[in-house]
Amino acid sequence: MKHAVVHRRLLAATLALSAGAAFAQGNTALDGIAKYREMLQDGNPAELFEMKGEELWKQKRGPKNASLEQCDLGKGPGVLKGAFTELPRYFADTGKVMDLETRLIHCMVTLQGFNEADLYKAAPSIGRGEGANLVAITTYVATQSKGMRFNLPFNTEQEKTMYEVGKRLFFQRGGPHDFACATCHNTDGGRIRLQELPNLTKNPGDGVGFAAWPAYRVSNSQMWTMQKRLNDCYRQQRFPEPKFGSDVTIALSVYMGVNSKGSESIVPAIKR
Amino acid sequence: MKKAFSLALIPVAALALSACSGLGSPDYDKIHAEAVKASFQANGIATLDYLKQDPSNELCSAADVAGKPLDEKTTKALEEAEMKTIKWPSDGKFLGDWKKGETIAQSGRGLTWTDTATTVNGGNCYNCHQIDKKEISFGNLGPSLYNYGKLRGVTDPNSPQAKAIVEYTWGKLWNSRAYNACSQMPRAGHKGILNEQNLKDIMALLLDPQSPVNQ
Repeated sequence: MKHAVVHRRLLAATLALSAGAAFAQGNTALDGIAKYREMLQDGNPAELFEMKGEELWKQKRGPKNASLEQCDLGKGPGVLKGAFTELPRYFADTGKVMDLETRLIHCMVTLQGFNEADLYKAAPSIGRGEGANLVAITTYVATQSKGMRFNLPFNTEQEKTMYEVGKRLFFQRGGPHDFACATCHNTDGGRIRLQELPNLTKNPGDGVGFAAWPAYRVSNSQMWTMQKRLNDCYRQQRFPEPKFGSDVTIALSVYMGVNSKGSESIVPAIKR
Repeated sequence: MKKAFSLALIPVAALALSACSGLGSPDYDKIHAEAVKASFQANGIATLDYLKQDPSNELCSAADVAGKPLDEKTTKALEEAEMKTIKWPSDGKFLGDWKKGETIAQSGRGLTWTDTATTVNGGNCYNCHQIDKKEISFGNLGPSLYNYGKLRGVTDPNSPQAKAIVEYTWGKLWNSRAYNACSQMPRAGHKGILNEQNLKDIMALLLDPQSPVNQ
């Protein structure tokens, strides 16, 4: 039932958008897209991922037949509220700066007994197996910080190093098109075609940029986490592929997360 | 997996080192280079070669990180070097077919890891520029190119009066950095994104008095 309702709403919104686009120009077109997003908020399919994630969080799974409820995401075992808006952060138990997804994998390994290499191998496939499960758990955990403001602790040398590395990655030009992250995300009010681009060198505003993920993408009916978002940015940037959870993905997340201090998370967001 | 996560240990090592030797903060450039090396993998046509920076990309990236533009001398030297890479039309003809140029300008395809070696590359032009006024879905990272030829007084692209602007436009499309050392615009000819015929067609889109751009 829920699916049918969601799909009907999507269809209505899509029709409204295409009708709008035919007459629209400039800001009018952007207003049309904003209205379309607003209509979609009413029946965001991300809720289905959130529900699945909650089940997986509480379910006893893996070789150790344990749940994730004792996972420490930085604010103590089992504390979910506000954990997401303080990630990535440095974890003394692993000696690493971790984002939500790599920390969840850590908990799936230590608490549930899953094989780490297997999880990293499965993670990029967001539509199936443990990859899909990780997306759902990520969505659930992140949503527990909905409406909270990003405030990474950013008080260790390791985090500072990651920020500095992230900054260098952000401005790193390369590939056949000489693109860097900065090519598109270093300016206010920029657009690719009609797609607005957040300025990621600072707090781009509430629910924008880093604070807009994880998000459900209507165009391909997929739930995208920050790892997936960064992966596809690098694809479009004409770079080689970043490995899931690799240092460049963590460093860029620290760079964006620190810059986004004070920005309200609207997770789970909905995108075109 | 071990390799991919080696970075987290480096700051500790760097800290220990600086504590002993009295050196300052960690060498972030070095740690960045190591992170890049450990983190990327080739996928299809997007090989690790994509990461190799020419002097221009190296210097422009460093200037962006520092938040300071390149000094005048370096800027001049880079622009001169880029100018030398420009290949002029082999048959002396600068303009092709504006209709084909419009198709190329519309396409943003090519050279990603989901493309193949036989994918026809687009020019990505509308992603950043307004061009034909009929296309309302255009980006704004670059200036509007609507009426490009008309605004510059080009009534006959083959005339001596138009020679300077025709040559500049070709050069800018071939290698934008010949005119602006750290331009954000892809070096379409120099990096082999578009071939000579593609560029002639784009030239026609911008400069042909019959092109919708100049109506």
